[in-house]
Amino acid sequence: MSAYDLLIAPFADYGFMRRALIACLCLALGSGPIGVFLMLRRMSLMGDAMSHAVLPGAAIGYLVAGSLSLTAMGIGGLVAGLSVALLSGIVSRATVLQEDASFASFYLTSLALGVLIVSLRGSNIDLLHVLFGTILAIDGPALALIGSITSVTLVALALVYRPLVAECFDPGFLRTVGGRGPVYHALFLLLVVLNMVASFQALGTLMAVGLMMLPAAVAQLWGRSLTAMITLAAVTAAVSGYVGLVASYHLELASGPTIIMTAAVIYGFSILFAPSGLVRRLFPRPHLAG
Amino acid sequence: MNALLTLDNLTVTYDRHPAVHHVSGFFRAGSLTAIAGPNGAGKSTLMKAIMGELLPAEGRLQHQLVRSDFGYLPQAADINRRFPISVLDTVLLGAWRHTGAFKANGSKEHAHATETLAAVGLGGFERRPIGSLSAGQFQRVLFARLLLQDAKVILLDEPFTAIDARTTQDLLDIVAHWHGEGRTVIAVLHDLEQVRTHFPETLLLARECIAWGPTAEVMSAGNLLRARMMAERWDDGAGTCEPPVSDASSNGVVA
Repeated sequence: MSAYDLLIAPFADYGFMRRALIACLCLALGSGPIGVFLMLRRMSLMGDAMSHAVLPGAAIGYLVAGSLSLTAMGIGGLVAGLSVALLSGIVSRATVLQEDASFASFYLTSLALGVLIVSLRGSNIDLLHVLFGTILAIDGPALALIGSITSVTLVALALVYRPLVAECFDPGFLRTVGGRGPVYHALFLLLVVLNMVASFQALGTLMAVGLMMLPAAVAQLWGRSLTAMITLAAVTAAVSGYVGLVASYHLELASGPTIIMTAAVIYGFSILFAPSGLVRRLFPRPHLAG
Repeated sequence: MNALLTLDNLTVTYDRHPAVHHVSGFFRAGSLTAIAGPNGAGKSTLMKAIMGELLPAEGRLQHQLVRSDFGYLPQAADINRRFPISVLDTVLLGAWRHTGAFKANGSKEHAHATETLAAVGLGGFERRPIGSLSAGQFQRVLFARLLLQDAKVILLDEPFTAIDARTTQDLLDIVAHWHGEGRTVIAVLHDLEQVRTHFPETLLLARECIAWGPTAEVMSAGNLLRARMMAERWDDGAGTCEPPVSDASSNGVVA
């Protein structure tokens, strides 16, 4: 098998592979940077919870549209995700519950409700699609939606970069200069939910955060500056998407999980060999003179 | 006497228990004041109230200042020290008044930030990630950011805790420099020797104002003893406070 057959033919020969690849690259550009900020805000698991929270909205969209329509499910997911984020924010401010506790309660409720709604009408096959995604079935309109969300994400991140960094790094300072931290926090949550919706059809609700958190973890292991981390996260996610698609094509594996597993392999490699990784710890280099 | 910041019968509470209790008086424009007192005396609470982070339960704060006139260094800043940001970028946040959230930092801001870093003794540290700094070096960075903020009123809450003697001396020089420029500086301190040597005026706080005025008069043995006598414990059986009528116009030594 030539290199062409191995690496390029799957995409040259099949339109669904091309669309899947473009979807992955878009997701990588948007979700990678978002994941880095989520991680730096110590909200990694919150991202996971959020992805489950999106489910009932998507399920209602699915019921209304009667098929796996990404637009209907996307709108439903957006509404559900934002409601959970907003409600848990309100509950944590109004009661003694910390935000993570109220978040957990809401997303579990949300997940149960979502599965219930899907099982009302759909078959088990549909449920599997909703949970794990169908990246090979992405069509033109779905691709347009994913591309738009990525564009909005990148422009928004560029615009609010400084306040977002200040809010992550030193929220007290942002308060003293009157920087309206909560506004940027809310805007950031909106971007998170948008990107969840984007990766929804590709990877399903359960793995939608996969292309956010794993590349972000890799980036944090290798990168020193925020710019380097954001770039690394996007590149890692893009490489995972491409390699995962190629591997799933040749080995006849399910695409979504293969993409996430590729990211996981890169993560494992990074844990071992990154500058702060295990190998460096076991075999330290001699220290410098000054 | 030009009062810049007046406390008028100010009371700030946690769970209705007073942490700052009926404090009246004022900070003169351009004054350099230490706030001293035992633990739990309400020093940090007073700072937060001045910054508007806590609302008075009774009485009020009077001033004609806007938010960007204040520079504030909290005691336990919830700063993420592992955040991947460079020393220079941290200091550049101090230019917020000019750049706001969106405007780019120009070469003027960069030059200014580099100058302030040199002024706090961290020339050449621009590119270093803040995670690699010692506690003392990081405090110098925060002072550099305050320098760049160019604030009229500077509030420092225990700025020299866990900082070595040399760094403390350097930072005290910056405080003196601010005083010389006519800025109003208010610092919470617990080292009484430091207060006596470097701060012309002192507010001795033990929930209530024990004394407020020239340091030498305020820091008398009698006043210090009274401050130490303050009960730290909340009185669970305390009834509602019926305060005497206070007079905000009289500043100076109460004792």
